[in-house]
Amino acid sequence: MSTNRRGFISLAGGCALAWAGKAAVEALSEQASPVVQGKRWAMVIDAAKCLREKGCRKCIEACHRTHNVPALAEPRHEVKWIWKESFEHAFTSQAGEYMREELRGSPVLVFCNHCNQPPCVRVCPTQATWKRAEDGIVMMDWHRCIGCRYCVAACPYGSRSFNWLDPRPHVEAINPEYPTRTRGVVEKCTFCEERLERGLPPACVEACPEKALTFGDLRDANSEVRRLLRERYSLRRKPELGTEPEVYYIV
Amino acid sequence: MFMFEKAVVGSRRYWSWLAFLAAVIALGVACYWRQFQYGLGITGLSRDVTWGLYIAQFTFLVGVAASAVMVVLPYYLHNAKAFGKITILGEFLAISAVTMCMLFIFVDMGQPTRVLNVMLYPTPNSIMFWDMVSLGGYLLLNAVIALVTLSAERKGLAPPTWIKPVILLSIPWAISIHTVTAFLYSGLPGRSFWLTAILAPRFLASAFASGPALLILLCMIIRRLSSFDAGRETIQKLALIVTYAMIINVFFFLMEVFTAFYSGIPEHKEHFVYLFVGLEGQAPLAPWMWTSIALAAVSLVLLIVPRYRHNERVLAAACVTVFLSLWIDKGLGLIVGGFVPTPLGKVARYAPTLPEIAITLAIWAVGCLMITIFYKIALSVRESLAAAYQQV
Repeated sequence: MSTNRRGFISLAGGCALAWAGKAAVEALSEQASPVVQGKRWAMVIDAAKCLREKGCRKCIEACHRTHNVPALAEPRHEVKWIWKESFEHAFTSQAGEYMREELRGSPVLVFCNHCNQPPCVRVCPTQATWKRAEDGIVMMDWHRCIGCRYCVAACPYGSRSFNWLDPRPHVEAINPEYPTRTRGVVEKCTFCEERLERGLPPACVEACPEKALTFGDLRDANSEVRRLLRERYSLRRKPELGTEPEVYYIV
Repeated sequence: MFMFEKAVVGSRRYWSWLAFLAAVIALGVACYWRQFQYGLGITGLSRDVTWGLYIAQFTFLVGVAASAVMVVLPYYLHNAKAFGKITILGEFLAISAVTMCMLFIFVDMGQPTRVLNVMLYPTPNSIMFWDMVSLGGYLLLNAVIALVTLSAERKGLAPPTWIKPVILLSIPWAISIHTVTAFLYSGLPGRSFWLTAILAPRFLASAFASGPALLILLCMIIRRLSSFDAGRETIQKLALIVTYAMIINVFFFLMEVFTAFYSGIPEHKEHFVYLFVGLEGQAPLAPWMWTSIALAAVSLVLLIVPRYRHNERVLAAACVTVFLSLWIDKGLGLIVGGFVPTPLGKVARYAPTLPEIAITLAIWAVGCLMITIFYKIALSVRESLAAAYQQV
């Protein structure tokens, strides 16, 4: 291909213009109509219902089985997507000496909050974790993650786990429909995006015998999550940090 | 290659020192190979204390690297002639320290083979991206400056004029590396120990104390081992810089303590309590932290009283105390103290393992090896120049 100076300059100019135009269109479309972005998945947990069956671990087991989460004996190396934390640890600023007795030390289900302003996404140096534009799920790319653990330091909820060892030998029964991870990458709850794709609710929601977990779209005013948040008093973990968590607790 | 022939001739003592460093490095490489195969589980790190000894050394050494500016700035901006002889030493120290920083980051990666993803997917909203840019740029700047000025010196010429703006650029760049490194920590919600605007200024103050203190010690060692003498005036000027920087550093630290304890906000207080007295019966770092405080206090006395500072033996002791105090502060306390208690208010445990310590020592040995070889080259160039002048 022969190129002269003028041809090259006009081609370069055209490319620059097209790039700028694309950026401008993207910026405008983001600002103009946030509603068009689609869904905003959220979870509402009814703490009272969750506490009904003492020692129940059905949601945790369902999640960890579905996602090939390893069971490591050494607590330092633990990988967990959903687990129970005592009320005082889950809601650090809510606990007090004269708090309601039944809340003290009571287990609270915790997992990734799929924040609207996720600090983990902000700090990731390789865009290996990002907030999905269409539904707000905080996603991960386990093939891109370099294992720097900056996201683990940035998450104020301790929701992210790092694979300190090769996790595969520690997965009880590998689910062939879901990837296993390698050592040296970070992982967490994904709101079961692979199940949502097939029109299924998250595994934890399905597994709960008490229907304590409600999953739905916050953008849909008639959704069950919106109804619950409208009618009941709810808490979020550390809302003062501005992360805008999308997991709500009805206490 | 770059006057390297000067590094392969040396005394028996020189070679035994290099052999010792090589042995330490070999042990570290063996441990790293194990870590590479097994995973970072070989370290004492955990889900809650996810960064430890490696990242702490990185943070401390960024300060040492940045301190080269404390000889370059007075010489080039204030025409402080005393520093002319040692700017090259500052630049070589910076090159070695930045290399150590990069190695510490590298060994901390869970997937080291993917580390170039940081460049393949540049992410301006990540401070880590900017840290890579600033550290890489600083390494390049100092390598170019050191090479060009030393080559000119060997030929008995003045350095080319184009190098001056490069040197001037290295001054703000040095400030930037430690500022950006502080931003790595101070921008994280939920990590109250680091969430303080004074972190970057405090990093700089401690850098400008620990780096020049190390440089003074290196000048004193060089004077014993070679014919090069930085001169009393140079060392005293550096000592003054260490004195001011150490005072400012301690002042900044006390401001942190005041804010945390007078406000009484638990999330801000608890990290200090954990470090100095312990929480839930766990105080693994308390002896270290109090040692750091004691060393800092001693160093201030030795530095501030002119009679002591002017005595070079006492000054050497002061520099050792400054360096150790700040190494404990940043190389141990700062990172672990930021993770404990966790954002959920739990007291997590962390103690580095033997392989982790061996890898850490090996990277320090790489730095010592680089400094030894670089200084050997620089001083050999000067010695042969001096010999040539004597013949004329």
